[in-house]
Amino acid sequence: MASVTHNFMKLFRGSGAGGTEAATAQAAQKLTRRSSGLGELSRLWEGDTPICVLDLGSTSPSNIRFFTERGHKIYSEDLLVASTEPNLITKDEHGVATLDSRQFLADNLAYPAAHFDFVLCWNLPDYLDENLVRPVMGRLWSVLKPGGMLLAFFHTKDAGPDSPCYRFHIVGKDVLEMQRIVLKREARRGPTGAVHTAITDGFRLQRVFNNRHIETLFRDFASIKFFLARDNIREVLVVR
Amino acid sequence: MSAPLSADLAQIGKSVVIKGELSGSEDLYVDGQVEGTISLKNNSLTVGPHGQVKASVEAKGIVVQGKLEGNVNASDRVDLRKSAIVTGDISTQRISIEEGAYLKGKVDIQGKAEKAAGK
Repeated sequence: MASVTHNFMKLFRGSGAGGTEAATAQAAQKLTRRSSGLGELSRLWEGDTPICVLDLGSTSPSNIRFFTERGHKIYSEDLLVASTEPNLITKDEHGVATLDSRQFLADNLAYPAAHFDFVLCWNLPDYLDENLVRPVMGRLWSVLKPGGMLLAFFHTKDAGPDSPCYRFHIVGKDVLEMQRIVLKREARRGPTGAVHTAITDGFRLQRVFNNRHIETLFRDFASIKFFLARDNIREVLVVR
Repeated sequence: MSAPLSADLAQIGKSVVIKGELSGSEDLYVDGQVEGTISLKNNSLTVGPHGQVKASVEAKGIVVQGKLEGNVNASDRVDLRKSAIVTGDISTQRISIEEGAYLKGKVDIQGKAEKAAGK
């Protein structure tokens, strides 16, 4: 009887094996969502002309395979990880710790002007440090070709600070798999070999942009299109 | 993890540091530090879990478990294992990337004809 009760309670408490298994299970779990923005972008990669894509999310074998199988070139650069490099921390004129956006742009997104046909920005602006958002968007404008597109996802105001940060894997013309970035017990080394302690705690939502903020963020772009999804995410497709 | 043993496999151990130009006609396993260039046109390079390579690399096959900084040109295939941290552009015919691998750079898949033409 005791073991029946024990098993019954496990349904509510979980397996009792601790956070590691739960975290691993969360990381392994993949959710599927439709993406209207991605669907619009698909006409770019379905043509015969090879294109050049910049993926700013976590390194995704699926995305690399997706584009290289179609004869396109893909660049992968995880800007959230890059933003946790300890050597970026500096102090402003008030002595407050801040991130050095100049150093960040010297170390990252170093591409020739007008190099990419489109940029997959995913949910980067919502999770990137405040000091880096505008400089990064400015740089993305310059590395996009005229007429090139950028896809970004923004949380709506219903999102809480603990809204999970996802990795995005392209699995179809307008279908994405979302994989939660979860707490890792083992700290990870970044590009310079430094240990990224921030990643061990996951990434936290930094802010929620309203439509006006988004329009301001992309004011240098020629056009902007919003797609409101059911999961409290606004997809934004901008054209340089 | 220990290196696979083979008669035609040269090994650079954890405590070894090499700066300069490395070339050869046998497979190479690097678990130490190499800075410069590595050229193994008909053979494979494996960067072990402790390996730190800062070099442009040309080989038939390249397996990365550690850290590699530099452009990579493989005539056959590139394997990035889950612990790999690669900064640089990759040009190869085939690539496999495990979940957890980190890549900052371009992936350019080239067919045999393109590779032969050196495009």
